[in-house]
Amino acid sequence: MDIIEYIQLVFTDYTLRTITLGTAVLGAVCGMLGSFAVLRKQSLLGDAISHAALPGIAIAFLITGSKEGNTLLIGALISGLIGTFWIRGIITKTHLKSDTALGLILSLFFGFGMLLLTFIQKQPNANQAGLDKYLFGQAATLVESDVWLMVSVASICLIVLLFFWKEFKILLFDADYTKTLGFNTKTIDILITSFIVLAIVLGLQTVGVVLMSAMLLAPAAAARQWTNSLAKMVFLAAIFGAFSGVFGTAISASQNNLSTGPVIVLVAGVFVVFSFIFSPSRGLLFKQIRFIKNRRDLQLHKTLAFMHNIAETHEDISHPHAIRLLNNFQGYTKSTLQKLVDKNYVELKGNMWSLTKTGFETAANLYTKQRTEDE
Amino acid sequence: MKKIAVKVDDLTVAYNYKPVLWDIDLEIPEGVLMAIVGPNGAGKSTLIKAILGILKPIAGSVAIYDKPYEKQRQLVAYVPQKGSVDWDFPTTALDVVKMGTYGSLGWVKRPSQKEKKAALEALEKVGMLPFKNRQISQLSGGQQQRVFLARALVQNASIYFMDEPFQGVDATTEIAIINILKELRKAGKTVIVVHHDLQTVPEYFDWVTFLNVKKIATGPVKDIFNDDNLTKTYGINYKVSIQE
Repeated sequence: MDIIEYIQLVFTDYTLRTITLGTAVLGAVCGMLGSFAVLRKQSLLGDAISHAALPGIAIAFLITGSKEGNTLLIGALISGLIGTFWIRGIITKTHLKSDTALGLILSLFFGFGMLLLTFIQKQPNANQAGLDKYLFGQAATLVESDVWLMVSVASICLIVLLFFWKEFKILLFDADYTKTLGFNTKTIDILITSFIVLAIVLGLQTVGVVLMSAMLLAPAAAARQWTNSLAKMVFLAAIFGAFSGVFGTAISASQNNLSTGPVIVLVAGVFVVFSFIFSPSRGLLFKQIRFIKNRRDLQLHKTLAFMHNIAETHEDISHPHAIRLLNNFQGYTKSTLQKLVDKNYVELKGNMWSLTKTGFETAANLYTKQRTEDE
Repeated sequence: MKKIAVKVDDLTVAYNYKPVLWDIDLEIPEGVLMAIVGPNGAGKSTLIKAILGILKPIAGSVAIYDKPYEKQRQLVAYVPQKGSVDWDFPTTALDVVKMGTYGSLGWVKRPSQKEKKAALEALEKVGMLPFKNRQISQLSGGQQQRVFLARALVQNASIYFMDEPFQGVDATTEIAIINILKELRKAGKTVIVVHHDLQTVPEYFDWVTFLNVKKIATGPVKDIFNDDNLTKTYGINYKVSIQE
């Protein structure tokens, strides 16, 4: 199937259109909210919440006997919220650090959820099959009403974000200070956290309990690499998330037996790796290039400074000196000398070198220049 | 008799079982530049945080100009320890300073040109105007401290609480900061500073509070900054040579 054919299919085929839209919206919401989780250093919170949602799904099924999506999601929402507030409680009321609290709640709730799932599977109820799709997600089961739900949550989230942007931003940066300005930080905090829980619960059906946190973190981590502005970061994370959804769906739809959730997460992972390497300011590649270039420049400057010291001893600064004098200087190589000639700092004649006027002046001002650039 | 800017009554704070601050009574007169000194773990930062309502005390009350702190928030500005935030946060120096205006704006309302102008003026005052668009992680420690100071200045408060503003800054920045603090005092503001360097207390401050879980002494530097109080506070036989 070629790309054009696929794009046509996205617009005509009901199932594919639903899944593509759903995963795109989900990716966008998760990207936006994930930025906040990452900046608050609560990356693991998403993981804990999604795992904490599992027993809620099982209990909702046990009580109602229904496998209807929204019923189970309400169960997931409730147990996700309980998990979150327990985590907060543990952190504020005990000596335990947040990573311990997160890990504890994550595994306890997940273990309990798994226990309930196996219990349900042993029951003679024919209706029980398929609950385990919430473990790894099954995008194929998305229907139009699911997408509408996602779109409405996304819109509410966006509106709240625009409304309380200033409050979110200052809380993320400096919570104590925010308190002294008279803002109720608890309210802002609960607002952010509730939205994160909501987004996670919405994604369970598509991506699943186990991989859901990657949907939050990956787009945000990738976006952070490209910008130093919070607004741009949130926007980029939403874009990365949405594209992960669209590409992931496309890849899994065009191949047989590729589960959508994991493919989406992998695509998001590709965004992360690409960003880590190729981002101009923070990426590994350009950092390395800058590092090497800086080293070369410094070597060049050191050599020039050394030559300047020699030239200074003579009344005529352009007096030629023997090249072998430079062998005393450790950083000296043939190529650095050639570069200095290229820059018109040095002239070569046979075995002799001499500083040009610009070369001499540059060398004399090297250190002061360095300092003013630093300022 | 001068007005009392900050009045603390019976303030007791504990993190777990052990009290960090015990029964603090403190009156800070208007218009002083006051140092809070004491050893590590004496509760200096805690005192500021409890006064500002960041920490909840077990007992005690705080009054700002005779009214409860909650009603007088807009009179108070806070400069937290530089290390208390993540400087890799994606924002610029100007943006951080603008945060100082958020309190007077209240919920939802965004900063406008007026707030931006005030922020730029504050940046200018601390000598950071050329760096206004710099990502905050690319500022030096001293520059970050100046940005924090500018953020408090923009609040245009009457009382300033600062938690170790001289920590990790070079001599140039230290002098720049102390000059701004002295200017604030000259303008009739009250400035309270958690301070570590005992040598500079007589030179920088006119008022001092000795703290070590309990309040040891408080008053004018020239009257109470002596070996006796230092020894009581630091527990060792302390001799500070004050140049006459």
